[in-house]
Amino acid sequence: MTPNPYLFIVIFVGVALVFPLIPLALAWLWRRFFQPPKPGAQKNAIYECGVESIGEAQIQFRSQYYLYAIIFLIFDVEAIFLVPFAVAFTGLPVGAFVAILVFLLLLIEGLVWAWGKGCLNWAR
Amino acid sequence: MSEIDEALRNELQRQGVWVTSMQELYNWGRKNSIWPLQFGLACCAIEMIATAASRYDIARFGGEVFRPSPRQADLMIVAGTVTKKMAPQIVRLYNQMPDPKYVISMGACAISGGPFKQGYNVLKGIDRYIPVDVYIPGCPPRPEALLHAFMELQRKIDSQKLTGASRAEHLDPAEPSEFPVPSFGEHDLEPPANRDVFHPAKIERQS
Ligand code: SF4
Repeated sequence: MTPNPYLFIVIFVGVALVFPLIPLALAWLWRRFFQPPKPGAQKNAIYECGVESIGEAQIQFRSQYYLYAIIFLIFDVEAIFLVPFAVAFTGLPVGAFVAILVFLLLLIEGLVWAWGKGCLNWAR
Repeated sequence: MSEIDEALRNELQRQGVWVTSMQELYNWGRKNSIWPLQFGLACCAIEMIATAASRYDIARFGGEVFRPSPRQADLMIVAGTVTKKMAPQIVRLYNQMPDPKYVISMGACAISGGPFKQGYNVLKGIDRYIPVDVYIPGCPPRPEALLHAFMELQRKIDSQKLTGASRAEHLDPAEPSEFPVPSFGEHDLEPPANRDVFHPAKIERQS
């Protein structure tokens, strides 16, 4: 009778569970019978480089970078697409023309939005 | 846990039976896997690096696993000049190491301030704040000297007791595991030394 091929996986999972549990159990027993735990404020501190931590870890980052991303798309990426568009303009089929117009429209929408938001004003 | 009679042990070993005690097994494992904390302070650290590299090869003694986190280290090698700016960080790192933990004070600077003892910003010995197990004189001590200190530490670990009144510090609930971190005062660190730890040798002068 050949053993079930999945039997090996079961054995493998069993060994993988028992193998780390044995040292953990031994460590627990050792602590229980010999070594008294000595916790302390610094021993339990989160940061482990020797310097005391300052403030909270759960702070919010300002996600303003997306404005730069939008304006970069409008003024740089769009220019790269516009040059081949202008060069091949006379030989373009209608489908390609409409496609590039849609692309331009999307970007112009972004420009209008950024303008309306006041991001194009020079910060003083 | 009790000591094994040497004659009986030899007799049994000749018959191919090895006996050991829990204490021996525990210390044997500990002394052959001392993981130092990976940090260097000044020129002595170069010698420490040389000790860890292939020519001197501290791995022969089981100490090659330099850990960058105090949470995984057993041994702190204070290798170099301890400035007063750095001292609180060192004490804090020592506090964050789990028990059992040991300290090697490497070089004249870590022992007493060394060539910079007169400096306004140099701590005159790390043993003012944390207990030191092995001191290595020299400026800098050669890698062989660090290996010697390592072997001395192994000998010390090997002789530590598991139970009884003279058991190792980390097994004694009354012994502290953290030491107060000094703070920056107006002219010096506050306090300038931890009196519970620092017991300077008495100087006897002949008249
Ligand atoms: S003891 Fe000498 S070699 Fe070591 S850190 Fe001090 S000055 Fe440098």
